[in-house]
Amino acid sequence: MQINREEIIHIAKLANLSLTDEEIDKYTNDMEEILTFANTVNNVNTDNIDELASLEENYNVFRKDEVKAFGNREELLKNAPSQEDGMFKIPKVIK
Amino acid sequence: MDLYDLTVHELLDKLKNKEITLEEINKSYIERINEKENEVKAFVTITDEDAVEKAKKIDDDIKNGKEVSKLSGIPIGIKDNICTKNVKTTCSSKMLENFVSPYDATVMNKINKENMIMLGKLNMDEFAMGASTEYSYFKKTSNPWDLKRVPGGSSGGSAAAVAAGMVPWALGSDTGGSIRQPSAFCGTVGLKPTYGLVSRFGLVAFASSLDQIGPITKDVTDSAILLNIIAGHDEMDSTSAKVEKKDYTKSLIRDVKGLKIGLPKEYFGEGINPEVKNAVMNVAKEYEKMGAIVEECSISVTDYALATYYIIACAEASSNLGRFDGIRYGYRTENFSNLTDIYKNSRSEGFGKEVKRRIILGTYVLSSGYYDAYYKKALKVRQVVKNEFKKLFEKYDILLTPTSPTVAFEIGTRSNNPLEMYLADICTVSINIGGVPAISIPCGVDSNGMPIGCQLIGNHFEEEKILKAAFTYEQETKFREKYKPTFKK
Repeated sequence: MQINREEIIHIAKLANLSLTDEEIDKYTNDMEEILTFANTVNNVNTDNIDELASLEENYNVFRKDEVKAFGNREELLKNAPSQEDGMFKIPKVIK
Repeated sequence: MDLYDLTVHELLDKLKNKEITLEEINKSYIERINEKENEVKAFVTITDEDAVEKAKKIDDDIKNGKEVSKLSGIPIGIKDNICTKNVKTTCSSKMLENFVSPYDATVMNKINKENMIMLGKLNMDEFAMGASTEYSYFKKTSNPWDLKRVPGGSSGGSAAAVAAGMVPWALGSDTGGSIRQPSAFCGTVGLKPTYGLVSRFGLVAFASSLDQIGPITKDVTDSAILLNIIAGHDEMDSTSAKVEKKDYTKSLIRDVKGLKIGLPKEYFGEGINPEVKNAVMNVAKEYEKMGAIVEECSISVTDYALATYYIIACAEASSNLGRFDGIRYGYRTENFSNLTDIYKNSRSEGFGKEVKRRIILGTYVLSSGYYDAYYKKALKVRQVVKNEFKKLFEKYDILLTPTSPTVAFEIGTRSNNPLEMYLADICTVSINIGGVPAISIPCGVDSNGMPIGCQLIGNHFEEEKILKAAFTYEQETKFREKYKPTFKK
């Protein structure tokens, strides 16, 4: 399984990670090894087999769409790295 | 015998006979933590400050004839990925180093309703990704049987704390073996319930279609007692199953006569340490002696289960961990000039190397061009695994395998080789892929005195069968009376 640095850079971008050059090298090597191993799933015969994404017999679980307010805004904001006037604070997005 | 050596059901018997008080129990465990924690390093957060006071109050209530719940005042340890209101839930990650959940996980509501006393939050591999607890951001936990060795993972703190007598029992979580493998390494009993039996609400998600919370205990009886508390449908978790409430302690009967046990031959092949193999074969012989019918069988996709597992688990993890963006909670970088920088740098600085590795792998197998070859294919193999289990359980009541191909390995020997670390899960991942329950119980020690675990696998929602078989073996062989952790340096 051949993986190149550009692919890892692309994947890191998709995952919102910024990697150092050293990390890119390391993960390129790791992925080559791990994906070669992962690729062995293609040895299994799965003709006429459907994908199984969920183990439940009941695929859809319904409930009434009722709003239940958590009620404790302060408690929720306490974990925010930055906040102001009861809101999460981020850098300016619109120029 | 010291109180910290006893199981919970033994403590309950002594409490009932008024031989001991809850104050004495809690003091004994707290003293044990003070004595052993600097060697074992099982805790991320210790919460024993008001434990004795709480215990005294319950003792008074009992004295005054007030009705209290059965497990009132009994101490417990909780893996640090289960949300606890007012106490930090870190997932052993820099990302959540200061995170305090605004709500309790459903299992914590149940523990609190019983009025149990939480002595602390236990160490783990970061976000439950690992098999040795070496990937914790905070510390490496040691195995109480040999401090140079790992306790297994990812619930290594939970298993080590129970083995060392620092808590009488604990909760762990299991995505690919994270309750059972550390239990095998530490000589404890670890149960992964059927997917859906225990609510995942408030368990920080790793791979949502595989994760389950379960008990890590000193013996099988305690496992059934704690499962009684945590099992049950929860409307806050739409994957939680609507099954009737059972009393699992009713399965604690010594009887395996006529029980059909399958030995999947793929679990006894190359790559399984001969001493481990031998010990598990002896378990099979023991069951035969007790009247069970033991037969070799086969799970043909075993060789591909590990690859299937890592594709599915990492795909789900890469999606689940997308929520950590440095905005609403968790670590935020100081190094940013715009919003994208916050996302990228917070995640890159806040996650450890194994977590990033799995996010990259998961993103890769879900990305366009690779989705069909990896993710979609893995989901098909998952169906094959499920079908094979279904067929086997038409013929057998339970399956018996080793829990781990080796005993606990030395700290530092695998942490730089990801694939070799992944191999530690080879005996346990199929069970999560199929969603069936399994229990790991100790079945002897190797030539270095390290515990060996065997795994009993049951059909969906047939926890009673594996508990009964585990109980029968335990009563016959009495591991806990023969072997104890030595804290070897």
